[in-house]
Amino acid sequence: MAERIQKQRSERGNDAVADESTAPAAGTERSEKLKAELDDLLDEIDEVLESNAEDFVKSYVQKGGE
Amino acid sequence: MAIHKVCGIETEYGIITRGFDANPVVASSVLVNAYAGNFPQMIGWDFADENPGLDARGFVLDDAFPPEVEMHLVNSVLTNGARYYVDHAHPEVSTPECTSASQVVLFDRAAEEVIRRSAESANAKLPADHEIVLYKNNSDGKGNSYGCHENYLVDRNLPFGRLAGLITTHFVTRQVFTGAGKVGCEQPGRASHTVPFQLTQRADFFEEEIGLETTLKRPIVNTRDEPHCNPNLYRRLHVIVGDANMSEVATFLKVGTTAIVLAMIEDDVLPHNLLLANPLQAMTAVSHDPSLRATVERVNGQRLTALEMQFLLLENAEKYAQQYGLACVEDPGTPGEGEAILARWKEVLEGLEREPASVSQIVDWVAKMRLVDGLASRHGLTPGHAKLKAVDLQYHDMRPERCLARRVGLESMWSADAVAAAISEPPDTTRAFFRGKCLQKWPNDVVAANWDSLVFDVGDEPLRRVPMMEPLRGTRAIVGDLIDSSKTPRELIEMLGAGASETSGFVDPGMY
Repeated sequence: MAERIQKQRSERGNDAVADESTAPAAGTERSEKLKAELDDLLDEIDEVLESNAEDFVKSYVQKGGE
Repeated sequence: MAIHKVCGIETEYGIITRGFDANPVVASSVLVNAYAGNFPQMIGWDFADENPGLDARGFVLDDAFPPEVEMHLVNSVLTNGARYYVDHAHPEVSTPECTSASQVVLFDRAAEEVIRRSAESANAKLPADHEIVLYKNNSDGKGNSYGCHENYLVDRNLPFGRLAGLITTHFVTRQVFTGAGKVGCEQPGRASHTVPFQLTQRADFFEEEIGLETTLKRPIVNTRDEPHCNPNLYRRLHVIVGDANMSEVATFLKVGTTAIVLAMIEDDVLPHNLLLANPLQAMTAVSHDPSLRATVERVNGQRLTALEMQFLLLENAEKYAQQYGLACVEDPGTPGEGEAILARWKEVLEGLEREPASVSQIVDWVAKMRLVDGLASRHGLTPGHAKLKAVDLQYHDMRPERCLARRVGLESMWSADAVAAAISEPPDTTRAFFRGKCLQKWPNDVVAANWDSLVFDVGDEPLRRVPMMEPLRGTRAIVGDLIDSSKTPRELIEMLGAGASETSGFVDPGMY
Protein backbone atom coordinates (compact mmCIF):
# COMPACT_ATOMS: atom_id res chain seq x y z
CA MET A 1 0.00 0.00 0.00
CA ALA A 2 2.65 2.47 1.02
CA GLU A 3 4.34 2.50 -2.38
CA ARG A 4 0.98 3.00 -4.05
CA ILE A 5 0.72 6.28 -2.21
CA GLN A 6 3.06 8.59 -4.01
CA LYS A 7 4.75 10.95 -1.65
CA GLN A 8 4.81 14.11 -3.66
CA ARG A 9 5.19 16.80 -1.06
CA SER A 10 5.33 20.13 -2.74
CA GLU A 11 8.56 22.07 -2.68
CA ARG A 12 6.90 24.65 -0.51
CA GLY A 13 5.82 22.05 2.04
CA ASN A 14 9.33 20.63 2.38
CA ASP A 15 10.88 24.04 2.78
CA ALA A 16 8.38 24.96 5.43
CA VAL A 17 9.39 21.94 7.51
CA ALA A 18 13.12 22.02 6.79
CA ASP A 19 13.50 25.70 7.58
CA GLU A 20 11.54 25.54 10.78
CA SER A 21 14.49 25.72 13.18
CA THR A 22 17.18 27.41 11.10
CA ALA A 23 18.71 30.83 11.56
CA PRO A 24 16.64 34.05 11.34
CA ALA A 25 18.35 34.92 8.04
CA ALA A 26 17.08 31.70 6.51
CA GLY A 27 13.66 32.46 8.00
CA THR A 28 13.55 35.80 6.22
CA GLU A 29 14.69 34.18 3.01
CA ARG A 30 11.97 31.58 3.38
CA SER A 31 9.23 34.10 4.04
CA GLU A 32 10.36 36.13 1.04
CA LYS A 33 10.25 33.01 -1.11
CA LEU A 34 6.77 32.18 0.19
CA LYS A 35 5.65 35.72 -0.48
CA ALA A 36 6.97 35.57 -4.04
CA GLU A 37 5.16 32.27 -4.59
CA LEU A 38 1.95 33.68 -3.23
CA ASP A 39 2.30 36.74 -5.47
CA ASP A 40 2.63 34.52 -8.54
CA LEU A 41 -0.35 32.49 -7.41
CA LEU A 42 -2.45 35.62 -6.84
CA ASP A 43 -1.51 36.87 -10.34
CA GLU A 44 -2.97 33.64 -11.68
CA ILE A 45 -6.07 33.91 -9.50
CA ASP A 46 -6.68 37.47 -10.68
CA GLU A 47 -6.57 36.11 -14.22
CA VAL A 48 -8.88 33.09 -13.88
CA LEU A 49 -11.30 34.44 -11.27
CA GLU A 50 -14.82 34.99 -12.63
CA SER A 51 -14.68 38.44 -14.24
CA ASN A 52 -17.88 39.65 -12.64
CA ALA A 53 -17.50 38.28 -9.13
CA GLU A 54 -20.60 40.00 -7.82
CA ASP A 55 -22.92 38.51 -10.48
CA PHE A 56 -21.29 35.13 -10.13
CA VAL A 57 -21.68 35.01 -6.36
CA LYS A 58 -25.23 36.35 -6.51
CA SER A 59 -26.34 33.85 -9.16
CA TYR A 60 -24.74 30.87 -7.46
CA VAL A 61 -27.92 29.56 -5.84
CA GLN A 62 -28.48 25.90 -5.08
CA LYS A 63 -31.41 23.90 -3.87
CA GLY A 64 -30.71 22.05 -0.66
CA GLY A 65 -29.81 18.44 -1.21
CA GLU A 66 -29.28 15.13 0.55
CA MET B 1 -12.30 -7.64 17.25
CA ALA B 2 -13.69 -4.81 15.15
CA ILE B 3 -15.14 -5.90 11.81
CA HIS B 4 -13.60 -4.68 8.56
CA LYS B 5 -14.44 -1.05 7.95
CA VAL B 6 -15.92 -1.35 4.47
CA CYS B 7 -16.47 2.25 3.41
CA GLY B 8 -17.47 4.64 0.64
CA ILE B 9 -18.38 8.25 -0.13
CA GLU B 10 -21.43 9.80 -1.81
CA THR B 11 -20.96 13.33 -3.15
CA GLU B 12 -23.63 15.74 -4.36
CA TYR B 13 -22.20 18.35 -6.71
CA GLY B 14 -23.33 21.95 -6.97
CA ILE B 15 -24.68 22.72 -10.45
CA ILE B 16 -25.33 25.97 -12.33
CA THR B 17 -26.25 26.79 -15.91
CA ARG B 18 -24.78 29.69 -17.85
CA GLY B 19 -26.37 31.34 -20.86
CA PHE B 20 -29.70 29.67 -20.23
CA ASP B 21 -32.13 29.02 -17.41
CA ALA B 22 -32.83 25.46 -16.46
CA ASN B 23 -34.35 23.79 -13.47
CA PRO B 24 -31.43 22.13 -11.61
CA VAL B 25 -33.21 18.77 -11.66
CA VAL B 26 -33.42 18.97 -15.44
CA ALA B 27 -29.82 20.19 -15.76
CA SER B 28 -28.65 17.33 -13.53
CA SER B 29 -30.61 14.82 -15.60
CA VAL B 30 -29.12 16.21 -18.80
CA LEU B 31 -25.71 15.70 -17.27
CA VAL B 32 -26.21 12.09 -16.16
CA ASN B 33 -27.93 11.24 -19.46
CA ALA B 34 -25.12 12.83 -21.44
CA TYR B 35 -22.68 10.52 -19.68
CA ALA B 36 -24.97 7.50 -19.97
CA GLY B 37 -25.38 8.31 -23.68
CA ASN B 38 -21.73 7.41 -24.14
CA PHE B 39 -22.58 3.93 -22.86
CA PRO B 40 -25.80 2.75 -24.51
CA GLN B 41 -25.88 -0.39 -22.34
CA MET B 42 -25.89 1.44 -19.04
CA ILE B 43 -27.92 -0.32 -16.38
CA GLY B 44 -30.77 1.10 -14.30
CA TRP B 45 -30.86 1.11 -10.53
CA ASP B 46 -33.20 -1.25 -8.69
CA PHE B 47 -35.11 0.30 -5.76
CA ALA B 48 -36.75 -2.86 -4.47
CA ASP B 49 -34.87 -2.87 -1.15
CA GLU B 50 -34.53 0.84 -0.41
CA ASN B 51 -35.95 1.89 2.94
CA PRO B 52 -34.28 5.09 4.08
CA GLY B 53 -36.92 5.76 6.76
CA LEU B 54 -35.68 3.08 9.17
CA ASP B 55 -34.01 4.51 12.27
CA ALA B 56 -30.90 2.99 13.82
CA ARG B 57 -32.33 3.49 17.27
CA GLY B 58 -34.86 0.81 16.46
CA PHE B 59 -38.03 2.67 15.55
CA VAL B 60 -39.64 4.46 12.63
CA LEU B 61 -40.32 8.15 13.10
CA ASP B 62 -43.80 9.19 12.01
CA ASP B 63 -43.45 12.91 12.49
CA ALA B 64 -39.97 13.17 11.03
CA PHE B 65 -39.27 13.63 7.38
CA PRO B 66 -37.71 10.44 6.12
CA PRO B 67 -35.62 11.05 3.03
CA GLU B 68 -37.46 10.46 -0.19
CA VAL B 69 -36.30 8.02 -2.79
CA GLU B 70 -36.90 9.75 -6.07
CA MET B 71 -37.67 6.82 -8.31
CA HIS B 72 -38.49 8.81 -11.39
CA LEU B 73 -35.09 10.42 -11.68
CA VAL B 74 -32.13 9.27 -13.66
CA ASN B 75 -30.17 6.47 -12.11
CA SER B 76 -27.37 4.34 -13.38
CA VAL B 77 -24.72 1.91 -12.28
CA LEU B 78 -21.17 2.20 -13.56
CA THR B 79 -18.87 -0.69 -14.39
CA ASN B 80 -16.58 0.33 -11.51
CA GLY B 81 -19.45 -0.55 -9.19
CA ALA B 82 -20.38 3.09 -8.47
CA ARG B 83 -23.85 4.62 -8.67
CA TYR B 84 -24.39 7.83 -10.64
CA TYR B 85 -27.73 9.56 -10.32
CA VAL B 86 -29.78 12.66 -9.69
CA ASP B 87 -30.62 13.18 -6.02
CA HIS B 88 -32.93 16.08 -5.26
CA ALA B 89 -31.52 18.87 -7.43
CA HIS B 90 -27.94 17.65 -7.69
CA PRO B 91 -25.94 15.11 -9.64
CA GLU B 92 -24.52 12.60 -7.19
CA VAL B 93 -21.91 9.87 -7.39
CA SER B 94 -21.57 7.11 -4.81
CA THR B 95 -18.25 5.33 -4.91
CA PRO B 96 -18.29 1.52 -4.93
CA GLU B 97 -17.77 -0.22 -1.60
CA CYS B 98 -14.08 -0.01 -0.66
CA THR B 99 -11.85 -1.74 1.91
CA SER B 100 -9.47 1.14 2.62
CA ALA B 101 -9.25 4.92 2.74
CA SER B 102 -6.80 5.03 -0.16
CA GLN B 103 -9.26 3.05 -2.28
CA VAL B 104 -11.99 5.56 -1.38
CA VAL B 105 -9.69 8.39 -2.48
CA LEU B 106 -9.12 6.66 -5.82
CA PHE B 107 -12.82 6.14 -6.51
CA ASP B 108 -13.72 9.63 -5.29
CA ARG B 109 -11.21 10.97 -7.83
CA ALA B 110 -12.73 8.70 -10.48
CA ALA B 111 -16.14 10.15 -9.58
CA GLU B 112 -14.79 13.67 -10.17
CA GLU B 113 -13.58 12.53 -13.56
CA VAL B 114 -17.01 11.09 -14.39
CA ILE B 115 -18.53 14.46 -13.48
CA ARG B 116 -16.01 16.29 -15.68
CA ARG B 117 -16.61 13.98 -18.65
CA SER B 118 -20.37 14.31 -18.18
CA ALA B 119 -20.12 18.09 -18.31
CA GLU B 120 -17.95 17.90 -21.43
CA SER B 121 -20.45 15.57 -23.14
CA ALA B 122 -23.45 17.67 -22.12
CA ASN B 123 -21.83 20.98 -23.06
CA ALA B 124 -20.76 19.63 -26.45
CA LYS B 125 -24.45 19.15 -27.25
CA LEU B 126 -25.51 22.58 -25.99
CA PRO B 127 -25.29 25.82 -28.03
CA ALA B 128 -21.89 27.53 -27.85
CA ASP B 129 -22.94 30.14 -25.27
CA HIS B 130 -24.69 27.63 -23.02
CA GLU B 131 -22.83 25.80 -20.32
CA ILE B 132 -23.44 23.52 -17.33
CA VAL B 133 -20.83 24.02 -14.59
CA LEU B 134 -20.25 21.76 -11.60
CA TYR B 135 -18.78 22.46 -8.17
CA LYS B 136 -17.52 19.93 -5.63
CA ASN B 137 -18.58 21.93 -2.57
CA ASN B 138 -21.37 21.82 0.01
CA SER B 139 -23.07 25.18 0.22
CA ASP B 140 -24.09 28.14 -1.91
CA GLY B 141 -23.29 30.73 0.77
CA LYS B 142 -26.99 31.54 1.09
CA GLY B 143 -28.03 28.90 3.57
CA ASN B 144 -28.53 26.02 1.13
CA SER B 145 -26.40 22.95 1.69
CA TYR B 146 -25.88 19.62 -0.06
CA GLY B 147 -23.87 16.74 1.23
CA CYS B 148 -20.78 14.64 0.97
CA HIS B 149 -21.70 11.56 2.96
CA GLU B 150 -19.39 8.83 4.20
CA ASN B 151 -20.48 5.29 4.93
CA TYR B 152 -18.80 2.77 7.22
CA LEU B 153 -19.71 -0.82 8.02
CA VAL B 154 -20.10 -1.38 11.76
CA ASP B 155 -21.00 -4.36 13.89
CA ARG B 156 -24.73 -4.65 14.59
CA ASN B 157 -23.87 -5.73 18.16
CA LEU B 158 -22.28 -2.39 18.96
CA PRO B 159 -24.71 -0.40 21.16
CA PHE B 160 -25.75 2.61 19.09
CA GLY B 161 -25.59 5.00 22.05
CA ARG B 162 -21.89 4.29 22.64
CA LEU B 163 -21.17 4.64 18.95
CA ALA B 164 -23.05 7.95 18.63
CA GLY B 165 -21.48 9.61 21.67
CA LEU B 166 -17.85 8.83 20.97
CA ILE B 167 -17.90 9.29 17.21
CA THR B 168 -19.38 12.75 17.82
CA THR B 169 -16.12 13.75 19.52
CA HIS B 170 -14.23 12.86 16.37
CA PHE B 171 -16.77 14.50 14.04
CA VAL B 172 -16.54 17.79 15.93
CA THR B 173 -12.76 17.89 16.29
CA ARG B 174 -11.62 16.32 12.98
CA GLN B 175 -12.85 19.53 11.34
CA VAL B 176 -9.34 20.95 11.85
CA PHE B 177 -8.08 18.81 8.96
CA THR B 178 -11.26 17.79 7.09
CA GLY B 179 -12.58 21.33 6.57
CA ALA B 180 -12.77 22.55 2.98
CA GLY B 181 -12.93 26.16 4.20
CA LYS B 182 -15.71 28.70 3.78
CA VAL B 183 -15.93 32.46 3.39
CA GLY B 184 -18.72 33.77 5.61
CA CYS B 185 -21.26 32.31 7.98
CA GLU B 186 -24.61 30.65 7.23
CA GLN B 187 -25.74 29.98 10.76
CA PRO B 188 -29.39 31.07 11.09
CA GLY B 189 -29.70 34.54 12.61
CA ARG B 190 -26.08 35.52 12.05
CA ALA B 191 -24.75 37.96 9.47
CA SER B 192 -22.43 36.28 6.98
CA HIS B 193 -19.47 38.64 7.38
CA THR B 194 -19.33 38.18 11.16
CA VAL B 195 -17.30 35.04 10.42
CA PRO B 196 -14.94 36.15 7.65
CA PHE B 197 -13.50 32.66 7.20
CA GLN B 198 -14.26 29.29 8.80
CA LEU B 199 -12.84 25.78 8.62
CA THR B 200 -15.79 23.88 7.18
CA GLN B 201 -18.60 24.23 4.68
CA ARG B 202 -21.02 22.21 6.78
CA ALA B 203 -20.75 23.19 10.46
CA ASP B 204 -23.37 25.95 10.19
CA PHE B 205 -26.07 23.46 9.23
CA PHE B 206 -26.31 21.17 12.25
CA GLU B 207 -29.17 21.62 14.69
CA GLU B 208 -29.46 18.25 16.46
CA GLU B 209 -27.01 15.88 18.11
CA ILE B 210 -28.68 12.77 16.74
CA GLY B 211 -31.57 12.08 14.35
CA LEU B 212 -32.87 10.69 11.08
CA GLU B 213 -33.15 13.76 8.89
CA THR B 214 -30.56 14.85 6.34
CA THR B 215 -32.26 17.90 4.82
CA LEU B 216 -33.96 19.59 7.80
CA LYS B 217 -32.69 19.97 11.36
CA ARG B 218 -29.59 18.05 10.39
CA PRO B 219 -28.07 15.88 13.15
CA ILE B 220 -24.35 15.40 13.86
CA VAL B 221 -25.01 11.65 14.01
CA ASN B 222 -27.44 10.43 11.39
CA THR B 223 -29.49 7.42 12.41
CA ARG B 224 -30.58 6.17 9.01
CA ASP B 225 -30.61 2.39 9.42
CA GLU B 226 -30.36 1.01 5.93
CA PRO B 227 -27.38 -1.34 5.87
CA HIS B 228 -27.69 -2.54 2.24
CA CYS B 229 -26.34 -5.89 3.49
CA ASN B 230 -27.19 -8.49 6.12
CA PRO B 231 -29.08 -6.41 8.74
CA ASN B 232 -28.62 -9.05 11.44
CA LEU B 233 -24.86 -8.65 11.34
CA TYR B 234 -24.18 -5.11 10.21
CA ARG B 235 -25.02 -1.46 10.36
CA ARG B 236 -24.00 1.13 7.82
CA LEU B 237 -23.06 4.31 9.68
CA HIS B 238 -24.23 7.10 7.37
CA VAL B 239 -22.09 10.16 8.10
CA ILE B 240 -23.43 13.53 6.99
CA VAL B 241 -21.16 16.01 8.80
CA GLY B 242 -18.24 15.98 6.36
CA ASP B 243 -17.15 18.42 3.66
CA ALA B 244 -16.36 17.39 0.09
CA ASN B 245 -12.59 17.68 -0.11
CA MET B 246 -10.53 18.79 -3.07
CA SER B 247 -7.38 17.55 -1.31
CA GLU B 248 -6.86 13.81 -1.75
CA VAL B 249 -4.91 13.57 1.48
CA ALA B 250 -7.75 15.31 3.34
CA THR B 251 -10.18 12.66 2.06
CA PHE B 252 -7.64 9.97 3.01
CA LEU B 253 -7.38 11.37 6.54
CA LYS B 254 -11.12 11.95 6.88
CA VAL B 255 -11.99 8.35 5.99
CA GLY B 256 -8.89 6.71 7.49
CA THR B 257 -9.08 8.34 10.92
CA THR B 258 -12.84 7.86 11.14
CA ALA B 259 -12.50 4.15 10.29
CA ILE B 260 -9.87 3.75 13.02
CA VAL B 261 -11.95 5.64 15.61
CA LEU B 262 -14.96 3.45 14.75
CA ALA B 263 -12.84 0.32 15.19
CA MET B 264 -11.69 1.60 18.61
CA ILE B 265 -15.31 2.24 19.62
CA GLU B 266 -16.29 -1.27 18.48
CA ASP B 267 -13.50 -2.76 20.58
CA ASP B 268 -14.44 -0.42 23.45
CA VAL B 269 -10.97 0.93 24.07
CA LEU B 270 -11.83 4.64 24.15
CA PRO B 271 -12.29 6.25 27.58
CA HIS B 272 -15.75 7.71 28.00
CA ASN B 273 -14.32 10.96 29.33
CA LEU B 274 -13.64 11.82 25.68
CA LEU B 275 -17.35 12.60 25.30
CA LEU B 276 -18.21 16.24 24.65
CA ALA B 277 -20.53 18.18 26.94
CA ASN B 278 -22.10 20.32 24.23
CA PRO B 279 -21.29 19.02 20.75
CA LEU B 280 -23.58 21.35 18.77
CA GLN B 281 -22.06 24.48 20.26
CA ALA B 282 -18.59 22.93 19.89
CA MET B 283 -19.17 22.20 16.19
CA THR B 284 -19.48 25.86 15.23
CA ALA B 285 -16.99 27.08 17.84
CA VAL B 286 -14.29 24.92 16.23
CA SER B 287 -15.27 25.76 12.67
CA HIS B 288 -15.52 29.50 13.26
CA ASP B 289 -11.99 29.78 14.64
CA PRO B 290 -9.15 29.45 12.11
CA SER B 291 -6.70 30.40 14.90
CA LEU B 292 -7.47 26.92 16.33
CA ARG B 293 -7.55 28.33 19.87
CA ALA B 294 -11.27 27.74 20.56
CA THR B 295 -11.89 25.15 23.25
CA VAL B 296 -14.56 22.49 23.61
CA GLU B 297 -15.82 21.10 26.90
CA ARG B 298 -15.52 17.43 27.82
CA VAL B 299 -18.08 15.73 30.03
CA ASN B 300 -15.55 15.88 32.89
CA GLY B 301 -15.61 19.67 32.64
CA GLN B 302 -12.13 20.05 31.17
CA ARG B 303 -11.80 22.44 28.23
CA LEU B 304 -9.43 21.49 25.41
CA THR B 305 -8.83 22.74 21.89
CA ALA B 306 -9.96 20.58 18.99
CA LEU B 307 -6.29 19.89 18.26
CA GLU B 308 -5.70 18.69 21.81
CA MET B 309 -8.73 16.40 21.56
CA GLN B 310 -7.38 15.07 18.27
CA PHE B 311 -3.98 14.37 19.86
CA LEU B 312 -5.80 12.36 22.55
CA LEU B 313 -7.63 10.33 19.90
CA LEU B 314 -4.34 9.79 18.03
CA GLU B 315 -2.60 8.59 21.22
CA ASN B 316 -5.40 6.11 21.80
CA ALA B 317 -5.17 4.99 18.17
CA GLU B 318 -1.43 4.39 18.42
CA LYS B 319 -1.96 2.23 21.51
CA TYR B 320 -4.84 0.45 19.80
CA ALA B 321 -2.70 -0.30 16.76
CA GLN B 322 -0.06 -1.98 18.94
CA GLN B 323 -2.57 -4.07 20.78
CA TYR B 324 -5.09 -4.96 18.06
CA GLY B 325 -3.40 -4.14 14.76
CA LEU B 326 -5.13 -2.13 12.04
CA ALA B 327 -5.92 -4.84 9.48
CA CYS B 328 -9.61 -3.83 9.63
CA VAL B 329 -8.84 -0.56 7.77
CA GLU B 330 -6.52 -2.09 5.15
CA ASP B 331 -7.14 -3.80 1.83
CA PRO B 332 -7.03 -7.54 2.63
CA GLY B 333 -3.54 -8.88 1.94
CA THR B 334 -1.85 -5.47 1.68
CA PRO B 335 -0.72 -4.37 5.13
CA GLY B 336 0.78 -0.97 5.93
CA GLU B 337 -1.99 1.49 5.31
CA GLY B 338 -3.09 1.63 8.95
CA GLU B 339 0.37 2.83 9.94
CA ALA B 340 0.34 5.29 7.03
CA ILE B 341 -2.93 6.78 8.33
CA LEU B 342 -1.45 7.16 11.82
CA ALA B 343 1.69 8.80 10.44
CA ARG B 344 -0.22 11.31 8.33
CA TRP B 345 -2.66 11.98 11.16
CA LYS B 346 0.30 12.88 13.39
CA GLU B 347 1.89 14.94 10.62
CA VAL B 348 -1.22 17.02 10.04
CA LEU B 349 -1.90 17.63 13.75
CA GLU B 350 1.71 18.63 14.45
CA GLY B 351 1.74 20.85 11.37
CA LEU B 352 -1.47 22.61 12.39
CA GLU B 353 -0.15 23.07 15.93
CA ARG B 354 3.17 24.53 14.76
CA GLU B 355 2.08 26.63 11.79
CA PRO B 356 -1.05 25.89 9.73
CA ALA B 357 0.62 27.24 6.56
CA SER B 358 2.98 24.25 6.76
CA VAL B 359 0.13 21.88 5.83
CA SER B 360 -1.37 23.95 3.00
CA GLN B 361 -0.54 21.10 0.58
CA ILE B 362 -2.91 18.70 2.38
CA VAL B 363 -5.55 20.75 4.24
CA ASP B 364 -8.14 22.44 2.04
CA TRP B 365 -9.16 25.22 4.44
CA VAL B 366 -5.53 26.26 4.91
CA ALA B 367 -4.91 26.36 1.15
CA LYS B 368 -8.13 28.29 0.54
CA MET B 369 -7.57 30.77 3.36
CA ARG B 370 -4.15 31.60 1.97
CA LEU B 371 -5.80 32.65 -1.32
CA VAL B 372 -8.61 34.56 0.37
CA ASP B 373 -6.28 36.44 2.74
CA GLY B 374 -3.74 37.06 -0.02
CA LEU B 375 -6.33 38.53 -2.37
CA ALA B 376 -7.89 40.61 0.40
CA SER B 377 -4.60 42.21 1.32
CA ARG B 378 -3.51 42.70 -2.32
CA HIS B 379 -6.70 44.55 -3.27
CA GLY B 380 -7.65 45.96 0.13
CA LEU B 381 -10.88 43.94 0.26
CA THR B 382 -12.90 43.76 3.48
CA PRO B 383 -14.99 40.81 4.71
CA GLY B 384 -18.18 40.49 2.67
CA HIS B 385 -16.57 41.48 -0.63
CA ALA B 386 -17.90 39.38 -3.52
CA LYS B 387 -14.40 38.58 -4.82
CA LEU B 388 -13.56 36.74 -1.62
CA LYS B 389 -16.69 34.60 -1.88
CA ALA B 390 -15.93 34.02 -5.57
CA VAL B 391 -12.54 32.58 -4.61
CA ASP B 392 -14.31 30.27 -2.13
CA LEU B 393 -16.74 28.97 -4.78
CA GLN B 394 -14.24 28.74 -7.59
CA TYR B 395 -11.83 26.71 -5.45
CA HIS B 396 -14.28 23.83 -6.11
CA ASP B 397 -14.94 24.46 -9.85
CA MET B 398 -14.81 21.13 -11.72
CA ARG B 399 -13.46 22.77 -14.92
CA PRO B 400 -9.71 22.15 -14.77
CA GLU B 401 -8.91 25.52 -16.36
CA ARG B 402 -11.02 27.35 -13.75
CA CYS B 403 -10.46 25.24 -10.64
CA LEU B 404 -8.46 27.17 -8.03
CA ALA B 405 -7.73 24.06 -5.93
CA ARG B 406 -5.66 22.77 -8.85
CA ARG B 407 -3.34 25.75 -8.55
CA VAL B 408 -2.46 25.71 -4.86
CA GLY B 409 -0.01 22.78 -4.85
CA LEU B 410 -2.19 20.08 -3.25
CA GLU B 411 -0.40 16.78 -2.85
CA SER B 412 -1.59 13.93 -5.04
CA MET B 413 -1.93 10.29 -3.95
CA TRP B 414 -2.94 8.64 -7.22
CA SER B 415 -1.64 9.04 -10.77
CA ALA B 416 -3.92 10.19 -13.59
CA ASP B 417 -3.60 6.71 -15.14
CA ALA B 418 -4.79 5.00 -11.96
CA VAL B 419 -7.78 7.37 -11.78
CA ALA B 420 -8.64 6.79 -15.45
CA ALA B 421 -8.61 3.01 -14.89
CA ALA B 422 -10.84 3.35 -11.81
CA ILE B 423 -13.56 4.98 -13.93
CA SER B 424 -14.37 1.60 -15.47
CA GLU B 425 -12.67 -1.00 -13.23
CA PRO B 426 -14.17 -1.94 -9.84
CA PRO B 427 -12.15 -2.53 -6.66
CA ASP B 428 -11.00 -6.17 -6.30
CA THR B 429 -11.76 -6.48 -2.63
CA THR B 430 -15.53 -6.03 -2.17
CA ARG B 431 -18.80 -7.18 -3.76
CA ALA B 432 -18.47 -4.15 -6.06
CA PHE B 433 -16.12 -6.42 -8.03
CA PHE B 434 -18.98 -8.84 -8.79
CA ARG B 435 -21.35 -5.97 -9.67
CA GLY B 436 -18.85 -4.20 -11.90
CA LYS B 437 -17.53 -7.28 -13.69
CA CYS B 438 -21.02 -8.63 -14.45
CA LEU B 439 -21.95 -5.24 -15.88
CA GLN B 440 -18.81 -5.23 -18.00
CA LYS B 441 -19.30 -8.75 -19.30
CA TRP B 442 -23.08 -8.94 -19.69
CA PRO B 443 -24.44 -5.41 -20.08
CA ASN B 444 -27.47 -6.68 -22.00
CA ASP B 445 -28.40 -9.33 -19.48
CA VAL B 446 -28.22 -7.41 -16.21
CA VAL B 447 -31.61 -5.72 -16.01
CA ALA B 448 -31.20 -4.06 -12.63
CA ALA B 449 -28.58 -3.56 -9.97
CA ASN B 450 -28.38 -2.16 -6.49
CA TRP B 451 -26.02 -2.37 -3.54
CA ASP B 452 -27.06 -5.83 -2.41
CA SER B 453 -28.30 -7.62 -5.51
CA LEU B 454 -28.09 -8.01 -9.27
CA VAL B 455 -31.03 -9.07 -11.44
CA PHE B 456 -30.32 -11.06 -14.61
CA ASP B 457 -32.50 -11.77 -17.62
CA VAL B 458 -31.64 -15.34 -18.56
CA GLY B 459 -33.92 -15.62 -21.57
CA ASP B 460 -37.09 -17.67 -21.45
CA GLU B 461 -37.19 -18.04 -17.67
CA PRO B 462 -38.28 -15.57 -14.97
CA LEU B 463 -35.70 -12.93 -14.05
CA ARG B 464 -33.09 -14.24 -11.63
CA ARG B 465 -31.98 -12.20 -8.66
CA VAL B 466 -28.54 -12.76 -7.13
CA PRO B 467 -28.44 -11.39 -3.58
CA MET B 468 -25.12 -9.99 -2.36
CA MET B 469 -25.66 -9.61 1.37
CA GLU B 470 -21.97 -9.83 2.32
CA PRO B 471 -19.92 -6.75 1.35
CA LEU B 472 -16.64 -8.67 1.60
CA ARG B 473 -17.74 -11.49 -0.73
CA GLY B 474 -18.04 -11.34 -4.47
CA THR B 475 -14.40 -10.24 -4.61
CA ARG B 476 -11.86 -11.01 -7.32
CA ALA B 477 -10.32 -13.68 -5.07
CA ILE B 478 -13.69 -15.40 -4.59
CA VAL B 479 -15.59 -14.99 -7.89
CA GLY B 480 -12.96 -13.79 -10.39
CA ASP B 481 -12.42 -17.24 -11.95
CA LEU B 482 -16.13 -18.05 -11.84
CA ILE B 483 -17.01 -14.94 -13.86
CA ASP B 484 -14.11 -15.53 -16.26
CA SER B 485 -15.11 -19.13 -16.96
CA SER B 486 -18.86 -18.50 -17.34
CA LYS B 487 -19.90 -17.84 -20.92
CA THR B 488 -23.41 -16.68 -20.06
CA PRO B 489 -25.20 -15.32 -16.99
CA ARG B 490 -27.21 -18.54 -16.97
CA GLU B 491 -23.98 -20.49 -16.61
CA LEU B 492 -22.77 -18.13 -13.87
CA ILE B 493 -26.02 -18.50 -11.95
CA GLU B 494 -25.96 -22.28 -12.34
CA MET B 495 -22.46 -22.37 -10.92
CA LEU B 496 -23.45 -20.03 -8.08
CA GLY B 497 -26.45 -22.23 -7.35
CA ALA B 498 -24.86 -25.65 -7.84
CA GLY B 499 -23.16 -25.82 -4.49
CA ALA B 500 -20.90 -22.95 -5.44
CA SER B 501 -22.58 -20.56 -3.05
CA GLU B 502 -20.04 -21.64 -0.44
CA THR B 503 -17.24 -20.22 -2.53
CA SER B 504 -19.12 -17.30 -4.05
CA GLY B 505 -20.23 -16.24 -0.62
CA PHE B 506 -23.75 -15.47 -1.81
CA VAL B 507 -26.85 -17.38 -0.94
CA ASP B 508 -28.52 -19.29 -3.77
CA PRO B 509 -29.96 -17.02 -6.42
CA GLY B 510 -33.70 -16.72 -6.16
CA MET B 511 -36.52 -15.87 -8.50
CA TYR B 512 -37.25 -12.20 -8.87
